[in-house]
Amino acid sequence: MSIARFWRETPRRYNLGGSKCTACGTVYFPPRPVCPHCTHHRQSIEKMVPFQLSGSGEVVSYTVVHEAAEGFEMQVPYVVALVKTDEGPVLTGQVVDVEPDGVAIGLRVRATFRKLREEGQAGVIHYGYKFAPVDDPDRAPRGPPMAEVRAAPAATDRASA
Amino acid sequence: MEAGIVSYGAYVPRYRITPKEIGRVWGSDGESVGQGLNVVRKSVPAPDEDTITISTEALRTALARGGIDPQQIGAVYVGSESHPYAVKPTATVVAQAVGATPNLTAADFEFACKAGTAAIQTCLGLVGAEMVRYGVAIGTDTSQGAPGDALEYSASAGGAAFVIGREKVICRVLRTLSYTTDTPDFWRREGQRYPSHSGRFTGEPAYFRHVTECARMLFEASGTSPKDYAHVVFHQPNGKFPQRVGKQLGFTEAQMRWGLVTPYIGNTYSGAALIGLANVLDHAGPNERVLVVGYGSGAGSDAFDLETTDALSRFERNHGRPVQYYLENGVEIPYAVYAKFRGKIRMAEN
Repeated sequence: MSIARFWRETPRRYNLGGSKCTACGTVYFPPRPVCPHCTHHRQSIEKMVPFQLSGSGEVVSYTVVHEAAEGFEMQVPYVVALVKTDEGPVLTGQVVDVEPDGVAIGLRVRATFRKLREEGQAGVIHYGYKFAPVDDPDRAPRGPPMAEVRAAPAATDRASA
Repeated sequence: MEAGIVSYGAYVPRYRITPKEIGRVWGSDGESVGQGLNVVRKSVPAPDEDTITISTEALRTALARGGIDPQQIGAVYVGSESHPYAVKPTATVVAQAVGATPNLTAADFEFACKAGTAAIQTCLGLVGAEMVRYGVAIGTDTSQGAPGDALEYSASAGGAAFVIGREKVICRVLRTLSYTTDTPDFWRREGQRYPSHSGRFTGEPAYFRHVTECARMLFEASGTSPKDYAHVVFHQPNGKFPQRVGKQLGFTEAQMRWGLVTPYIGNTYSGAALIGLANVLDHAGPNERVLVVGYGSGAGSDAFDLETTDALSRFERNHGRPVQYYLENGVEIPYAVYAKFRGKIRMAEN
């Protein structure tokens, strides 16, 4: 992809910048200049406003890729999913920070910021959104550090000092 | 000084590798190397993560927690020694990715492991002078040690972002000062893939001298002593140095408890002291005094005399993950996968 084309898409790829029809409330990603939902499309003219998606949504379908697209060889097998965002639009994106067997339809995800591809060793690096499973609050306990570290020799030294 | 910390966030990649596994490949007793360094495991970035993505994740967490409008950010500084580009700023991508552009100043900082604390000092100046409403200081690294080198057992990836402002300050900055000399303990020349270091010379004349001198300068200037602080955070190139320097200065294990994160995630370089501070703020109550002493090879130390405020008890931490999550979670990978993720395997040219 050319540098200029990717650069033009930065608002979408970095910040999930879509558009919203203020006549009927429908959200679009990528942004649209008119609203196909309004009975008379002309109704929506000049009523489309920029709208940023929250990045939260859930997997409605997915596939596990074993034959990588160029630039993704390091990540196989990886998951590409259709994610229905909370605001409505369905986005295609890679799901990271999860093993393929950890992905299921209905999995809650959030948008994360990752490297999409590099133009070789010397070229530009493209960044944008991917998806990652939403935190399960039960998996983030508050408490003392791990027991195994407390038992390390240096920690024992400290305790006796 | 009116300016202080308004919000913060940290991010550490998901993958981990143990010193034992690294030692297995190089024929050394990695387990005892790890015990000597007091490092149980270190974080490894995924192939699609780098200093830009880690910084962005940390800053997005900080902005969400603080409810900060990114358009009110007047400065973004990212401190790192592993900026993805030699020429092209990390800070512009991060600023764009959080929606802070275009009305702001941005730059990348480099001072080995203390670039992030230097960025905080710069933001304090800008905010204190009312040149900007919010300044963002980030310390992040995805550093690498040469394969088989001692550094490989600890060099890891992670970062933390701090928003500096004057309103709703959760942690006041009572004083900051620095101790800087020309000391050749660790460096990486232009175009070199891995850093070099002067072995044991990185200890006494470098880390220990700068950290202790800087801390003592701060005690003298503030009229304080170790017992005045509830928490202390040192730069932590391994789990051992900060414990030793803390003991030398007269701090107790309890004071060092939350500020020591390297044993569980490795040395995140520019991120190390800042992730330690983030963990302290995750656990601290209001009106507690915190001492932070960073260190960067080359060499210098930045010390901060901090005090949490009542606003910390109302601070919203529901966005992003607490540091504790990263200390306790992660997926261990074998050395071969680590080598693949870190680009240590020579691939066919496209």
